[in-house]
Amino acid sequence: MAYDLIVIGAGPAGITAAVYAARKKMNFIVITGDIGGQAAWSGDVENYTGYQFVTGPELAAKFEEHMRAYGITVKEQEEARELIRDKAVIRVRTERGEYEARAVIIASGKVSKELGVPGEKEFKNKGLTYCATCDGPLFSGKSVAIIGGGNSALDAALQLVKIAKKVYVINNMPKLGGDHVMREKIESNPAVQVLNGAAVLAITGENMVAGIKVKRLDKEEMIPVEGIFVEIGLIPNSKFAGIIDKNKLGEIKINSNNETNVPGVFAAGDVTDVPEKQIIIAAGEGSKATLGAFKYISRMR
Amino acid sequence: MEKNVTVYSTPTCPFCIRAKQYLKDNNIKFAEHDVGSNPEKAQEMIKKSGQMGVPVVDIDGSIVIGFDKEKIGSMLGI
Repeated sequence: MAYDLIVIGAGPAGITAAVYAARKKMNFIVITGDIGGQAAWSGDVENYTGYQFVTGPELAAKFEEHMRAYGITVKEQEEARELIRDKAVIRVRTERGEYEARAVIIASGKVSKELGVPGEKEFKNKGLTYCATCDGPLFSGKSVAIIGGGNSALDAALQLVKIAKKVYVINNMPKLGGDHVMREKIESNPAVQVLNGAAVLAITGENMVAGIKVKRLDKEEMIPVEGIFVEIGLIPNSKFAGIIDKNKLGEIKINSNNETNVPGVFAAGDVTDVPEKQIIIAAGEGSKATLGAFKYISRMR
Repeated sequence: MEKNVTVYSTPTCPFCIRAKQYLKDNNIKFAEHDVGSNPEKAQEMIKKSGQMGVPVVDIDGSIVIGFDKEKIGSMLGI
C-alpha cells in the first residue's frame, strides 16, 4: 500500500512538514537518521520567534515533542539511500526496506564536510570529531586544533578555549572569515594560535590522535595535538536523490512552491537552494512543502 | 535479572540526551558519568571503548558506542 506522503528528515523542516501533514490527516511516515538535525547541534538560538533565548538541543526537543504529540510513525535511525519514480508513485529505498508514496518531501538537511586527508577516517572519534559541542568537554587541559576559518570554526574555538590548554586554528585561507566580533575574541586570546594559509596534510597518531601535519609557506610542520575539530562547513545531504535536479553546490533546486523537477517530489530547508539557512526558514519551508504536497495529492485523486 | 547499565556522556551532546531519555522511557535504571567534568571516568570510557565519541553505554560489560537504539534495545530486552 502506498502512503500519501513520506517525509525524509526530521530537522526543523521535516518536523514542521510532519506536523502539518498530521493536521491535514494525511497517511504518512517520517524516515530519518536523527531527530532535530543541525538545530540539535547548535549552541544558543536567539532568533527563533517566541523564544528570546533557547539552546539548540532544547528547541529540537520542543520540535520533537510537538511531532510526537500526533502519534506520527517515525522510522528513526534509517537513512534514505535512493529515490525512484515509478509512474504515479515515488519509492524511497533505505538500508532496511522500501516504502512508496504519492508524494515525498526531502528535508534531509546538511552533513559535515570531510577533510579527505590520510588519518581522518582512522582517527574519527579517536581524537578527531565533527562536533565541538558534543565532544569538546573531553579535551579539558589538552592541546587541540580547529580546522577551518569560518563562523563554525570560530564558534568551536571559542567553546574550546574555555576547556583546552592550547587551541590552534588551522585555516587554509590567508585570513580568518566569520563575524568580526568572534574574530577579535579569537585573535586577542593568548591561548589561541591562528595559522592562516595552512593546508592540512595528514592526521597522525598511534591509537589516538597525536598530531596534525600541515603545510604553510611551503614548509611542512607537525603540530602535537590530542584533539582535532573539523569545522570546514557543511554539504547538502542530497546524494540519494539522483533523479532530482541540483545546483552546483548539490542543493536541490526548488520553486517557490517547494516543487522539484520531479512531480510529486517536494523539498524543504537546508538541503534546498532556498536563500538563507535558518531554523525558522527551514520550519516555514517545511510547512509550505506539506501544503503543496497536500494540494498535489488532492489534484491526483 | 536486572542488568548493570552505565552511560558515559557529556551534557551537551544530543545523542547522549536521547540515549538517556530512551533508557528512562523504558524504566531502565542506569549509572551516569559526565566525562567532560570527570577525567578519570573519561579515561575509563576510552579504555573500555577504544575511542572518544560519546555516548558510550556499558551493559554488563558489553560496550555500545553511540546511541544505537536497536542494539541497546535488544541487549536490554526492550
